[in-house]
Amino acid sequence: MHDVSNKPKTDIELSNYQSEAEKHEYVEDLSKVETVDSSQWLNVGVDIAEHDRAGTFIQKDCSVIHSKAMSDGVEVMGISDALKKHDWLKDYLWKYISPEKDKFTEAARQNPHEGYFIRSSPGVKSKKPVQACLYIAKEGFSQNVHNVVIAEEDSEMHIITGCSTSPHLVTGLHVGVSEIFVKKNATLHFTMIHDWGEEINVRPRTAIHVEEGGVIISNYISLRPVGSLQMSPTTYLDGKGAVARFNSILVASAGSHLDVGSTVHLNKPDTRAEIISRAITVGGTIIARGDMIGKVAGCKGHLECKGLLLNDGIMHAIPELQGHVPGVEMSHEAAVGKIDQKEIEYLMARGLDEDEAVSTIVRGFLNVDIEGLPSGLAAEIDKAITETQKDMM
Amino acid sequence: MLIIEDLAVEVGGKTILNHINMEIPKGETHILFGPNGSGKTSLMMTIIGFSGYTVTHGKITFKGEDITYMPIHERARLGVGVSFQRPPTINGLKTKDLVALCARKNPADVENLAKMLNFTNFLERDVNRNFSGGEIKRSEMLQLMAQEPDLVLLDEPESGVDLENIVLLGEVVNKLLERGVKHSRGIMEHAHLKKSSKSALVITHTGHILDYITADKGQVLYNGHLCCSRNAREILKWIREYGYEECVRCTM
Repeated sequence: MHDVSNKPKTDIELSNYQSEAEKHEYVEDLSKVETVDSSQWLNVGVDIAEHDRAGTFIQKDCSVIHSKAMSDGVEVMGISDALKKHDWLKDYLWKYISPEKDKFTEAARQNPHEGYFIRSSPGVKSKKPVQACLYIAKEGFSQNVHNVVIAEEDSEMHIITGCSTSPHLVTGLHVGVSEIFVKKNATLHFTMIHDWGEEINVRPRTAIHVEEGGVIISNYISLRPVGSLQMSPTTYLDGKGAVARFNSILVASAGSHLDVGSTVHLNKPDTRAEIISRAITVGGTIIARGDMIGKVAGCKGHLECKGLLLNDGIMHAIPELQGHVPGVEMSHEAAVGKIDQKEIEYLMARGLDEDEAVSTIVRGFLNVDIEGLPSGLAAEIDKAITETQKDMM
Repeated sequence: MLIIEDLAVEVGGKTILNHINMEIPKGETHILFGPNGSGKTSLMMTIIGFSGYTVTHGKITFKGEDITYMPIHERARLGVGVSFQRPPTINGLKTKDLVALCARKNPADVENLAKMLNFTNFLERDVNRNFSGGEIKRSEMLQLMAQEPDLVLLDEPESGVDLENIVLLGEVVNKLLERGVKHSRGIMEHAHLKKSSKSALVITHTGHILDYITADKGQVLYNGHLCCSRNAREILKWIREYGYEECVRCTM
């Protein structure tokens, strides 16, 4: 048996990490980036060839090394440049997350290292995704970023953010404060792909505010080993008919500790929320949380946590529903277990051997229809799932 | 093709099949009758090798090979194909992908097979997810068409199937077994009576499927024993007239 527990191995001591890193130079021409870096980015959906992208943002350690928008009505830049450019932006910072929330948010306030600002102008509908990459190359560095995303009224935007580390990196900490604003009747597709390292600790702190008729569709994918990851983005559906949909696909190998959830406040009539997670442990620990808080009549929510234990590991599903008034409609479905032997034998009766049957079932299990993914990225994820399966066998 | 000799099977420590002897020669279709709980499905599950069905005595031989303890997929690759009564749902696996997997190395024309089974609209759906009884049957037949087994085990192929689709299903079963005569434009085509190389064991409750397929022989399973072996229609008539209990009396 592997040593598994549903608590992280140790508490994270911020003083064990360095908050300073040497500056990296801005790179105008992304083709000049060394492949050792760019191949890591590609693994998380960030393509330096920038095919079919509306913009690119790349941050290495504390330096913004590339940022540009390639589509009208879309802004992409480092947060400090954005604060200089837009006087009003300071009012968006720490609006729905308090810096006092915990020591990580505190660190992000005291030692901020950039972060991205991505905004779509009112009425602008962009089908091509903006890509953003947060990358750690310095050993033992604590990367503290503060990101702001604004989808203005009636706009539509797709964002792919990929986070990874340089291949040689052993330890590191990533703290990401993200504040996302979906204005009236805007739609934001936000896909986040994480590919950290076996001893990297990750603490994203995210708040999402959605106005009337706004839609947030968020996909989170973490298939590769990570030391510990703990996050629970909080979404406030604060306008009539606002919609939130969260999908997460998680794989925890031995030594990985993932505590991933979503919290959605349904504060206005006709708001809808859906949280779906598919998690597989192959020796690691996954805590899959979901919390929905229905505050008005006529809101609807559904939570689905499905977990598979392929060999050792801990799978802990914690679905929570809170109704504060009559007339809320919320449900949940949680299942934790191994693959049903009947399913394996059914496929074997069609001529698949046991390994083929298991991998076919696993692939299906992880195959939640992820809305709004560009086809190339869908293929990338499929490839990652295939590779993950190889590790499982 | 299939020879079962003095087979005894336990499920959960309880003997459910005993002294079963059966032979299905190449090209023959046998019908297996029996009341609920008589062990029909268990016999089928034992032939394909599902876990939970423990052979405690006897032997199953298929194409001259002893398959009694062979893994399921090896039996399938050797040519045993099953249409299950209650197959599991496989979330996230599209029906068309499973059909392609059934074909293994041979490229199957999934689209055309589905068209034949009036099942095109289901190809994109997850395997068996929210399928009705009749839809499950068509999905199972579609998989078998791609798999092309030499011995087909059908567990109540007609149950839950509406009248329109039962004709279709009968045709597909005949096609699968390379039997039957197809009528076209009202003129009977000259039928080449080539002997089929496919065999089948068909479980039926109602006997309705006999209106659509050609049965060479019928057998009755009662309380875990095979009691009767003769013309399938004759057996059906007896069962309809007198019930199972009377029907099996003649052999006791």
